[in-house]
Amino acid sequence: MRRTLPLVIAFGIGFAMLIQYFIPHPISENFYNVIVQQWFIIIFAFQFVLALRSFFMHHIRKISQKKEGYWFSAVAIASALFMAIAGFATKRGPFFDSLYKYMYAPLQATMFSLLAFFIASAAFRAFRARNLQATLLLVTATIVMIGRVPIGDYLWKGMPDLVEWIMTVPNMAAMRGIRIGVGLGAIATAMKIMLGIERSYMGGE
Amino acid sequence: MKSMLVGLLILFSQTPGVLKTGNPPGNLQAVDTPNDRGESITLKWVLPEDISGIEGYQIFREAEEESLHLAGYAPAGKTEYIDELGVKNNVGYRYQIRSISPEGLVSPFSEPSPMVKAYPQWFKKNLTNSLVMIIIYLGLILYFVQAAKRGKKIFLRRVPGLDALDEAVGRATEMGKPVLYVPGIWPMSEVATIAAMNILKPVAKKVAQYDSRIIVPNIYPIVMNVAQQTVKEAFTEVGKQDSYKEDDIFYLAYEQFAFAAGVNGLMVREKPATNLFLGAFFAESLLLAETGNMTGAIQIAGTDRVPQLPFFVAACDYCIMGEELYAASAYLSADPRLVSSIKAQDWGKMAIVISLALGSALTIFGLWFIISWFTTG
Repeated sequence: MRRTLPLVIAFGIGFAMLIQYFIPHPISENFYNVIVQQWFIIIFAFQFVLALRSFFMHHIRKISQKKEGYWFSAVAIASALFMAIAGFATKRGPFFDSLYKYMYAPLQATMFSLLAFFIASAAFRAFRARNLQATLLLVTATIVMIGRVPIGDYLWKGMPDLVEWIMTVPNMAAMRGIRIGVGLGAIATAMKIMLGIERSYMGGE
Repeated sequence: MKSMLVGLLILFSQTPGVLKTGNPPGNLQAVDTPNDRGESITLKWVLPEDISGIEGYQIFREAEEESLHLAGYAPAGKTEYIDELGVKNNVGYRYQIRSISPEGLVSPFSEPSPMVKAYPQWFKKNLTNSLVMIIIYLGLILYFVQAAKRGKKIFLRRVPGLDALDEAVGRATEMGKPVLYVPGIWPMSEVATIAAMNILKPVAKKVAQYDSRIIVPNIYPIVMNVAQQTVKEAFTEVGKQDSYKEDDIFYLAYEQFAFAAGVNGLMVREKPATNLFLGAFFAESLLLAETGNMTGAIQIAGTDRVPQLPFFVAACDYCIMGEELYAASAYLSADPRLVSSIKAQDWGKMAIVISLALGSALTIFGLWFIISWFTTG
């Protein structure tokens, strides 16, 4: 029963969602827009109870055990509480918005901007011509980078067209090949779960 | 006298409000919009021969309980309009259309369309090809699963990234460092996350067998819950339930870059010997993989997000690409029933390759009908 019930639910819901996709009737639309979406919202709300419990337990344990970098945990807890209190106290007013605008958004932007440096260091490693494939990557990437900036056109008029060809023919062919595989793999995985062939996700073999 | 007569003729011919430069569109057809939930009627017409001075077309509708009134507008050049405003199912509607100029002059009305009713449909006929393909694909999966049950051996090529998992967990054990497992940043409803959970089980089993430690930070609490259950089950199966630490599979942050910052901090502080990034990743992929690379960890990444693959290839030791991520569970478990489904995937790919070749050949010879078999419009 412990195994059968989840399998029956997975099959039932999976099959219903599959059928729903092919039926445009309002009954089918309501099933998805009302029942399924509301179910999602309810689960989504409840999952934050789990999140808060895990968040506080994890960081409090780190602080109490004085693990390496425990003060980061203290900052995490203090920030979470401060945001929550600010939100409730000001009824999500201008002060709360300012916290998002002047603290949270810049922090996010900082993390995102780090990507530029990481791309440079990753490219430096990836572009070392160790073997034939790496050399091909190096040559192609150099052509694409030069062709994407005005100097490429200045050096050779045909450069932008060559880059366009690289992007739309060999590059696109490889990407589509991977995407077709991904699509088939995703359908196969979904079907295996629906049919109960794949059970690892619920702890079984 | 002659000029006066001409003047009078011009005056009477330019009756205010009537467009003389264009006729109304012809052959107005109204049909129930196909493959929809009802409450919609599609109108099609033929453009008048002289379309000069026409800004658009006014669409008028009348019903059993509605007098003729303006129901919609289509810009000049259009030959189709879908009326969804206030259309009720099972009510008969009749339409008329007329041209209008920028000055507001209008042509006479077209002939009225035949009476039409809107109905909700029970099947999207335009998706018949998709349904057929799914049924064939399902049949292939079931066939190969049955074949595997009968004992048919199925060859599976080696996937270096998956073969390296054993070595990676072993390395972590030797170094006395933990294994970091990041199951992507998408919710449990995504196939990539389910695939990540499927791989987590055998990885956690190996970790338990080697008496090592696994850390799984999560962005979604439900994914965290599933990960906790999966790791707990894996530890229990090898008799190491006492080694299982629930606190190592935890919720980190809900925002993408907050999560990335948290995982990066974890990598720098805990210095895991092995980093496994398996699931759906986006802009944070390189942030994670490069930080892991700097800490000297052996890194295995796998994702079905094609744009992130180059970053993982550049920054990780092994990369599991696209469908290999979905096949990983079957590969690691070596369960014949799961492995057999990969064979069905190969057949599916073969069918697509044949269709592409055949379609290309037929379209070269001007036989375009084959394209319509693969469209869902």
